[in-house]
Amino acid sequence: MSLTVLVDYDSGNLHSAEKAFQRMASEGEGGNILVTSRPEDVARADRIVLPGDGAFPACRAALGSYGGLFEAIEDAVLRKGRPFLGICVGMQMLASRGHEYRLTEGFGWIAGDVERITPATPGMKVPHMGWNDLVIERPHPVLAGLKTGDHAYFVHSYHFRVADPSQRLAWCDYGGEITAIVGRDNIIGTQFHPEKSQAAGLRLIANFLQWKP
Amino acid sequence: MLKTRIIPCLDVADGRVVKGVNFVGLIDAGDPVEAAKAYDAAGADELCFLDIMATEDNRATMFDLVTRTAEQCFMPLTVGGGVRTPEDVRKLLLAGADKVSFNSAAVARPDVVAEAADRFGSQCIVVAIDAKTVAPGRWEIFTHGGRRATGIDAVDFARSVAAKGAGEILLTSMDRDGTKQGFNIPLTRAIADAVDIPVIASGGVGTLDHLVEGITEGHASAVLAASIFHFGTYTIGQAKAHMAAAGIPVRLS
Repeated sequence: MSLTVLVDYDSGNLHSAEKAFQRMASEGEGGNILVTSRPEDVARADRIVLPGDGAFPACRAALGSYGGLFEAIEDAVLRKGRPFLGICVGMQMLASRGHEYRLTEGFGWIAGDVERITPATPGMKVPHMGWNDLVIERPHPVLAGLKTGDHAYFVHSYHFRVADPSQRLAWCDYGGEITAIVGRDNIIGTQFHPEKSQAAGLRLIANFLQWKP
Repeated sequence: MLKTRIIPCLDVADGRVVKGVNFVGLIDAGDPVEAAKAYDAAGADELCFLDIMATEDNRATMFDLVTRTAEQCFMPLTVGGGVRTPEDVRKLLLAGADKVSFNSAAVARPDVVAEAADRFGSQCIVVAIDAKTVAPGRWEIFTHGGRRATGIDAVDFARSVAAKGAGEILLTSMDRDGTKQGFNIPLTRAIADAVDIPVIASGGVGTLDHLVEGITEGHASAVLAASIFHFGTYTIGQAKAHMAAAGIPVRLS
C-alpha cells in the first residue's frame, strides 16, 4: 500500500490537513497517510506533502532545524522523483528567494521570488483572506475536474512571482494576478489551502493521491 | 476576484450551542459539530466558535469540539473566548482551529498579539474588539461581555493591534448586538477605513439588507451573524443571493 507523508516541522495546524488526506485516501484507495518529522519516513514515502503556515523565514528555519529532514525531502523529490505537494508557505518555499521580513533562500526548485502583495486597487486589504476563484492556465493531472471559476480558500500576505510562466498553473485576481498553483515535473504547490477549500480542495487532494508523474 | 465572506457564529457553553440551531433535519440542534456540518453543507464561507464561558472545564470541552469539527468540516474555523496566551493559541491551532481570536487579553496586554503573530503568523491571529458609542463619532472598547469600560478609543486600538501583527479584526458593536437593528455603520466604517487588514462586521444583524450595508456602507470585508441563521430566519444561500443581487461578489458555488 502506498504511503503519503505530511511533513510536520511544527508549523501550524496539520490536524485538518491530515483528516482531509485521510478522508480522500479512504475514499479512493489512496493508501496510508502519516504525519511525521522523521527523515527515514520521508525516505520511504511514495508521496510527500509539505504544509506551512506563518512567515517564510520562520518556516524555512523550522524545517532546517530537524536534522536530515530537508535533505530527505530533497533526495526523494529531486532524485527519486516522488510526487510532492507544497501548501501555502510549503509552496512558497519552492521559490528561489523569500522577501518576508528579510531575504531568505528558498529551495530553488521553481525559480522566482516571494514578495509582499501590493494590490493595484487602493483600499484593498492585505492579507488576501477568503475565497477567490481560480483561473487555470495549464491542464495538470492533479487539477483534473477543477475548472476556471472554482473557488479556493486563501490566506496570505506574500505571493510567488514565478520566473518561468510555464511553471504557473493557475492564478487568481486580487488587485493583480496572484499565483495560485505552481508546478513542474513531479512537483506541485498551491498557495491556497486545499484542506480548507471544501469540494474543490478535496478533489485536488484525491487527484494528488493518485498522481503518477 | 475575492468574495465577501458570510460567517455564522456559534456561541458555545459546556460543549453545547447556546440557544440551539434551528435547522430542518438536524439530529441534535445543540451539538456544535452537527451545526458546523450543516453550515458547511449550506455554503458558509467560514465558521466561528465563541466559548462564552471560558472556564478551565469548558476549555477542555472546546478543544474536543474543535478537533471533532476539523475532522468533518474542510473549511476555515475561527475560535475565540478566553484566549490569553500564545500557548492557548498553539493548543487551539493544534486542535484544528485555523484562526484564534484574542479579546480582553489583547486589551489588557496588546503585546500578546505581537507575540502570537510572531510565533504563528498574522494569518491566524484575530483580535475581537467590542466597542460602544460614547459620543457621536467616538467609540470605546468594553471588555467582559460589554460590562467593563476601558477608556480606550476603539479606532486607536484597532490601529495599534493591526500594527502589532493582527491578521484580522472581528468588530462587534455592543450597542447593536442582539438588537436586530443592523450593524453600527459609522463605527464599522471608521475602523475598516483605519486599518489595512480585513474587518469582520458583527452585532445587530436582523435582515439581509443589514448584511449588504455592512459591506457597502461599513466597508467591512466579511459579515458575521448568529441568530438570523441559527433560528432559520434566513439561510446562508438566501443571504448570498441577496448580497449578489446588491452587486457584492459572493461565492455561490
